[in-house]
Amino acid sequence: MTDIVSPTTGVTISKAPARRDIGIKRRYAAERRFQAYGIAAISFGLVFLFILLWTVIGKGYTAFQQTAITLPIEFSEKTIDPSNKRATDPSVLVAANYPVLLRDAIVKQLNINASSKPDVRDASAMLSKSAPIQLRDMVVADPSIIGKSVNVTVLADANVDSANKGQIDLSVDEKNRKVNDKQVGWMNELKASGALHKQFNTGLFVNGNSSRPEAAGLGVALIGSLYLMLIVLVLALPIGVAASIYLEEFAPKNRLTDLIEVNINNLAAVPSIVYGLLGLSVFINFVGLPRSASLVGGLVLTLMTLPTIIIATRAALRAVPPSIRAAALGLGASKMQMVFHHVLPLAMPGILTGTIIGLAHALGETAPLLLIGMVAFVANAPTTPLDPSTALPVQVYMWANEAERAFVERTSGAIIVLLLFLIVMNMGAILLRRRFERRW
Amino acid sequence: MSTSIILLCLVVIGAAAYLVARSRASALAGGRSSALHSRPAYYGAYAAIWAVLPALIVLCVWLSVSPGIIQTSVRSGFPADVKAQAAVEQDLGYSMVATVARGLTMLSADETATVAGDPAALQAKLSEKGVPLAGQPQPYMLDAAKKLNTMSMTSRHAMTAVVFALAVAGAFYALRAIAPRFRARNRVERVMLWGLLLASSIAILTTIGIVLSMLSEAARFFAVVPAADFFFGTVWDPRFAGAGSSSFGQFGLIPLLLGTLYIGLVAMLVAVPVGLFAAIYMAEYASPKLRGVAKPLLEVLAGIPTIVYGFFALVTVGPFLRDFSAQISGLLSGSYTNFIQAQSVLTAGIVMGIMLIPYVSSLSDDIITAVPRALRDGSLGLGATRSETIKKVVLPAALPGIVGALLMTASRAIGETMIVVLAAGVAARIQINPFEPMTTVTVKIVNQLTGDLEFTSPQTLVAFALGITLFCITLCLNIYALYIVRKYREQYE
Repeated sequence: MTDIVSPTTGVTISKAPARRDIGIKRRYAAERRFQAYGIAAISFGLVFLFILLWTVIGKGYTAFQQTAITLPIEFSEKTIDPSNKRATDPSVLVAANYPVLLRDAIVKQLNINASSKPDVRDASAMLSKSAPIQLRDMVVADPSIIGKSVNVTVLADANVDSANKGQIDLSVDEKNRKVNDKQVGWMNELKASGALHKQFNTGLFVNGNSSRPEAAGLGVALIGSLYLMLIVLVLALPIGVAASIYLEEFAPKNRLTDLIEVNINNLAAVPSIVYGLLGLSVFINFVGLPRSASLVGGLVLTLMTLPTIIIATRAALRAVPPSIRAAALGLGASKMQMVFHHVLPLAMPGILTGTIIGLAHALGETAPLLLIGMVAFVANAPTTPLDPSTALPVQVYMWANEAERAFVERTSGAIIVLLLFLIVMNMGAILLRRRFERRW
Repeated sequence: MSTSIILLCLVVIGAAAYLVARSRASALAGGRSSALHSRPAYYGAYAAIWAVLPALIVLCVWLSVSPGIIQTSVRSGFPADVKAQAAVEQDLGYSMVATVARGLTMLSADETATVAGDPAALQAKLSEKGVPLAGQPQPYMLDAAKKLNTMSMTSRHAMTAVVFALAVAGAFYALRAIAPRFRARNRVERVMLWGLLLASSIAILTTIGIVLSMLSEAARFFAVVPAADFFFGTVWDPRFAGAGSSSFGQFGLIPLLLGTLYIGLVAMLVAVPVGLFAAIYMAEYASPKLRGVAKPLLEVLAGIPTIVYGFFALVTVGPFLRDFSAQISGLLSGSYTNFIQAQSVLTAGIVMGIMLIPYVSSLSDDIITAVPRALRDGSLGLGATRSETIKKVVLPAALPGIVGALLMTASRAIGETMIVVLAAGVAARIQINPFEPMTTVTVKIVNQLTGDLEFTSPQTLVAFALGITLFCITLCLNIYALYIVRKYREQYE
């Protein structure tokens, strides 16, 4: 009561002193600037992420479609087997002159004067160099086809494919581009008649590597990556979990355990290329495993992934509360039973999440695989992990080094496939975490 | 019998031992499981371990040792004039013997008889079977190959017999030991513990493997090129030793190291400000909603494989910088020549910097959020604005941790391979213009080791010397960073 000054006493209330200038405006401006830097930094990162994905998808989505040409092909006996020896000597069919069949077919389809050599050459250049092999395989598989006329869909040449997809600037002078005006005219003619069309590019997922972009595919790389992932999963998961269990639950606290611990943390930060050197000198030079084999790649990636899995597993084991352990031990379980019957199942979601993330990392790894020779040109699918093979990221690297324009499209397509796999794996990890995460 | 079939049989024997021992233990207990020391499954596991483990160890040892013994024995049987040849010649001869031996196993008895004593026919016959020979085998080789085949055959038979005998004996030994008071669980658990210990020692073995393998190969390199020339040489110019000259060219580390550090520096100049500000904003300002969206999106950058960044640098960033610089120089001087190369320190540095943003931001985010609330509240209570609090209180408190995080990021920048392989160029030179290409240690490791390899020339061995340099640098950075981070973490715990 006493500190309220009554207005009737006549004491004048002094006006509040003028505010001391403490630079509040300036300070608030600095505050706003500081926040703006933060927003700018985050947007910078996100914008680049967006540009990166945009470039890859923009350049690559067309790779999932491929231009093909359907032609009525005369499997004339005169060209394939002029002296009629195929019954006794089947090798005639393999060595026959199949490009001629294709040439005749396209010349006929386009109504070109067969005596004009440049025209005929340009016309047959519109078909992929892999088309004769396709015809050969057809004939070898079913020799009764000889003498008949069959509609066959063959791949168009990569340049025609690019032109058809609108990737070649037709306003450029004819001499400076890979398709001339005549070919573009024929292309449009074939397109109007329905012979030339775009179809889903199954070859991208099935074929092996090829020096011709239109026939090059990821088949070998996909199988190679599958082997790599299987080997890493089969080796790294059990070894990683066993190592973490020992370190977390059994290891006495002594210098050796400390050493192992520091070691694992350091191994996680060793550059991946060093693992490649290790694989080269130990698995290939010393043990004598074959080069380019996915087994060696799998072993190298296993060593590389182990620290990641161990670190994740130890975190998951540590998150299981001590009360669970105490309860199990109290009921008479041995320490081993406590770990394997109670702690491990509860930590499993965390372990699996860590494993999937480690696997995703291994799937995208390129450098160590280059050193152990998985950068080989492999056209035939490997049947065992000891056969030469490549992997998805290595295929991306090889195609990125190719000079031909059409390979840029293939490379981006391969990257999209790789990123899709990574997205699926990471989504799986996130879902697993959401579904089974337990807060104690 | 092939190894995989032996393994399969071992698994079957193990499973059988498990089942028999388990049922035997149950029978001993007579339905009262309390009469047994351990649960029946442990008796089964005990028997299975005895059946499989010793046999498996013997199998592994046998498989790794026997080829060496057989080789020594076959080579000791070579004629005296062959033994007088140089070691390299003998190695070649032996590898041919091995090829012939492999081919002989594919021939039928009749075919073997027809080609015996006729090397030319043998060569033709073998290449028909898909076993090409480098040259015509000499007569002694056929005998040696036959000897090799007999010995391998004997060894394989003996191995199969020994392994199976061990497996069965082990199973019977374990079965005999089963008694109600037998402490099966403790034995099984001891084996499991050893297994766990073995698994965790793989981490150490990997490190030892890395160090030893690289040291031994690098030692062979330093036997040819003096270490001082490597570590202090300023010229990188490896050459294939021609017929006349014995010079291997120069292997100077300095230009590569400078390139690595320069590109790393540019990358850090991009990654550190962006990553730090992003982390500060996420930790101090962002609403939970924004944080929930932006943080995972930024971390996507860390999940993208580096080869994708390399491709991005190669087809997008590099050409963009080249054309952009041409435009700039056109506006300034009128001549549209680019002053930035498509492959340059700048291209590689920027793209690598983008890749490193999430590492900087997520590591620093953790460290900034670990600074105790009380420090912030104290500063805010004294009237400081939030940015002042961050600049004057939070960041100084978090500084050691952030430095540690930056060191870890730097070690990643130094060890990065695919971006620089595609974007930095291969020219090893010392210069300071960031618009020109330079090369790095990792690029040269890849360059020297792809293609046909010959493990005797310094051309390939130098990669291991580079590798061990890289390993040491990153190891030191990491150990120091871990030390700082750990020390800092203890302060607030």
